[in-house]
Amino acid sequence: LRGLGSLLSPCQVSSAAAATGGYPKRVKVVEVGPRDGLQNEKNVVPTPVKINLINMLSETGLQVIEATSFVSPKWVPQMADHTEVMQGINKLPGISYPVLTPNLKGFQAAVAAGAKEVSIFGAASELFTKKNINCSIEESLERFDEVMKAAREASIPVRGYVSCVLGCPYEGKIAAAKVAEVSKKMYSMGCYEISLGDTIGVGTPGSMKEMLSVVMKDVPVGALAVHCHDTYGQALANILVALQMGVSVVDASVAGLGGCPYAQGASGNVATEDLVYMLNGLGIHTGVDLQKLMDTGTFICNALNRRTNSKVSQASCRL
Amino acid sequence: MGTVPSALKHCLSYQHLLKEQLWIAEPPAAAHPAQEPQASGLPEYIKIVEVGPRDGLQNEKVIVPTDIKIELINQLSKTGLPAIEVTSFVSSKWVPQMADHKEVMRGIERHPGVQYPVLTPNLQGFHSAIAAGATEVSVFGAASESFSKMNINCSIEESIEKFEEVTKSARNMNIPVRGYVSCALGCPYEGNVVPDKVAEVSKRLYSMGCYEISLGDTIGVGTPGSMKKMLEAVMKEIPVSALAVHCHDTYGQALANILTAIQMGVAVVDSSVAGLGGCPYAKGATGNVATEDVIYMLNGLGINTGVNLYAMMEAGNFICTALNKKTNSKVAQASFSTGTIN
Repeated sequence: LRGLGSLLSPCQVSSAAAATGGYPKRVKVVEVGPRDGLQNEKNVVPTPVKINLINMLSETGLQVIEATSFVSPKWVPQMADHTEVMQGINKLPGISYPVLTPNLKGFQAAVAAGAKEVSIFGAASELFTKKNINCSIEESLERFDEVMKAAREASIPVRGYVSCVLGCPYEGKIAAAKVAEVSKKMYSMGCYEISLGDTIGVGTPGSMKEMLSVVMKDVPVGALAVHCHDTYGQALANILVALQMGVSVVDASVAGLGGCPYAQGASGNVATEDLVYMLNGLGIHTGVDLQKLMDTGTFICNALNRRTNSKVSQASCRL
Repeated sequence: MGTVPSALKHCLSYQHLLKEQLWIAEPPAAAHPAQEPQASGLPEYIKIVEVGPRDGLQNEKVIVPTDIKIELINQLSKTGLPAIEVTSFVSSKWVPQMADHKEVMRGIERHPGVQYPVLTPNLQGFHSAIAAGATEVSVFGAASESFSKMNINCSIEESIEKFEEVTKSARNMNIPVRGYVSCALGCPYEGNVVPDKVAEVSKRLYSMGCYEISLGDTIGVGTPGSMKKMLEAVMKEIPVSALAVHCHDTYGQALANILTAIQMGVAVVDSSVAGLGGCPYAKGATGNVATEDVIYMLNGLGINTGVNLYAMMEAGNFICTALNKKTNSKVAQASFSTGTIN
C-alpha cells in the first residue's frame, strides 16, 4: 500500500485548488482535546498524562491548544489539576494555550498560573443556560463583564464560545437571530473571536449555512470560528460549508476525544486528524503535521484505554 | 458548565427530540417551507441507491442466512428507497456471501416503483440473473490497471470487452445497465489516480450503453478537493444527470465528498444501511457511508429523497441485530438511548 503514504503528507494538493475552489488559503485549527475532549471522557486522566498530551500537541504545528479549565473541581473533577497542568506544560513560542474561565475567580487563578489567553462561554438557548448554570443568558453575560474588564486591564485576549447554535437538547430548534444576538453581544464585550458550537451535533450544511449568514451580518467572518460536534456524522460537511462561507478558524479534538453528554454512547467532538486530512486534500494550509497528530492521538487513546474516534487513524492502522 | 449527570436527567431523549422536533428528521416539505433548494444551486431531488444488501453484506465477515437477506431487502423496500442493489451473480467460489443470489432474487417482494439491480460480472452471470427474474444489472470497471488486475485478473480493456457482451445482450432485452468505476479517487495499489483516466473509463462504459455511471471512492481516500477535480474531468465527457457517487467513509470524508458532488449537480448517491461493509484494504476500518447519515444531511439541506429516516433506522437496527454488530451510522448511534443496537 505504498501509495497511501504519500496521501498522508501535508499539503499534498497544490494550493491552486484552494484559490479556485472559493476556500480560505489558511485555516487556524484550535485544538480542544485537552479541555473539551478530556472533560467529556469518563476516565479521569492523571496530570502527567495531560501534560504529555499537550506537549506532544505542541510539536505537531498546532498554533492554539486549549489547555484546561479554571472551574471548580466540584463541578468538573477532570479539570481539578488546572494549576499544575498550566504550570507543567512546555509553552512553545508562537503557540497559544487558552484556558476556560467561568468567572473572575477562575480568571485570577488562571493568570496567576501563567495563562496568557482565556475563554468564556455563552449559549444561544435560555433553557440550556438555565439547566447548566441556573441563570438567564443575559445574567450569564453580565457575570462575564467582570472577566472582560480584568482581561482588558491585563491585556489578556478573550475568546467567546456560543453553545447550541444549531440546536439545543432542551429547546430543540434555535433561531439564527438568537445566535447572532448572543454572538454580537460577546463580540462587543471584547471577545476577539466567537466560536459557534453545534453542541449536540444536530446541525447540517443547511442549518449551518442559514445560521452563519445571519450571524455574519453582525460579526465579521474573520472573527468567527466553528466548533462542530460529530454526533450525527455531519461535522466535516458542516465545516466544509462554513469554509465556503469564509470561516477560517475550526475547533477540533485529537482522536475525537470527548463523547456527547446528552446522548449516551454517541460521539462528540470532530477528530482533528479527520479535519486536517480534509483540509490537506483541499490544499488549505494548516501547518499541522498529520502523522505527528496521529501519534499524539495514539498516545492519549492508549492512556485512556479507548479506541480512537478518528477515522483517519483507524484507517491508517494496519492491525 | 454544570455537572453532566443532571444534564442527562433533564434533557429530552433523542427519540423525543426526533419525534417531537420534526425539523431534525423531517423531509424538507414540512420543515423548510421557505427554503428554495433550486436557489441554493442544489438538486431538488436526490436518488438514493441502497447498496447494503450487496456491497455492504459482501464486505461483512459473517455469512448471512438467505432469509435474513430477504427480510432486510423487504424492510428496505418499505422505506421509500427508489433502488436497492440486491445481490451479485458472481461465482460463489469468489464471493461466498453472494452464493444464494438466485434464492434471494426469487424470494424478495418486488415493490412497484423500486428497482432491484444485481451485479453481473460477465455474460454467464447476466443470463443467470435474467433467468432468476432480474430486471436491471450492473457492471464494474476500474480506473486503475493494478486494481483491475488484482481484482478480476485482467486489464481494464479486457474487462470492458467482457462488459460489452453484457450490455449488448442487455440492450436486446431492454434491460438497463448501470456502470461502476472503482478507484475513482485513489487506488490501494497505485495510490493517486488521474482524473482523466476516470473520465476515460466512464466514457467507455457510458458509450457502450450504461445509463448511469457510479463513481466509487473505493478506499475512501478522497477529499472534497480530489472529488471536485475528478468530477470536473468526468463531466466533460458525461452529462451530470448520468452520474452517481459511491463514497466510502474510511477516512471520514464521505459526507463532505457527497456534499461537494451534489454542489456540482450530481443527483444520485450510493450508500449502505447502517454503513454495512468494512474496507477490505484497511483492516478494521469502515467502508460504505451509512444511508441514515446521508438522508439526515439531505433532509437538513431541504433535498427530497422520498426515504423515511425512521424506517431506515429500523431496517439498520434489524440487520445489525442479525449480524450481532454495532451500527456504523452516527445518526442511529445518537438516536438509540443506549448508544448500541444490541
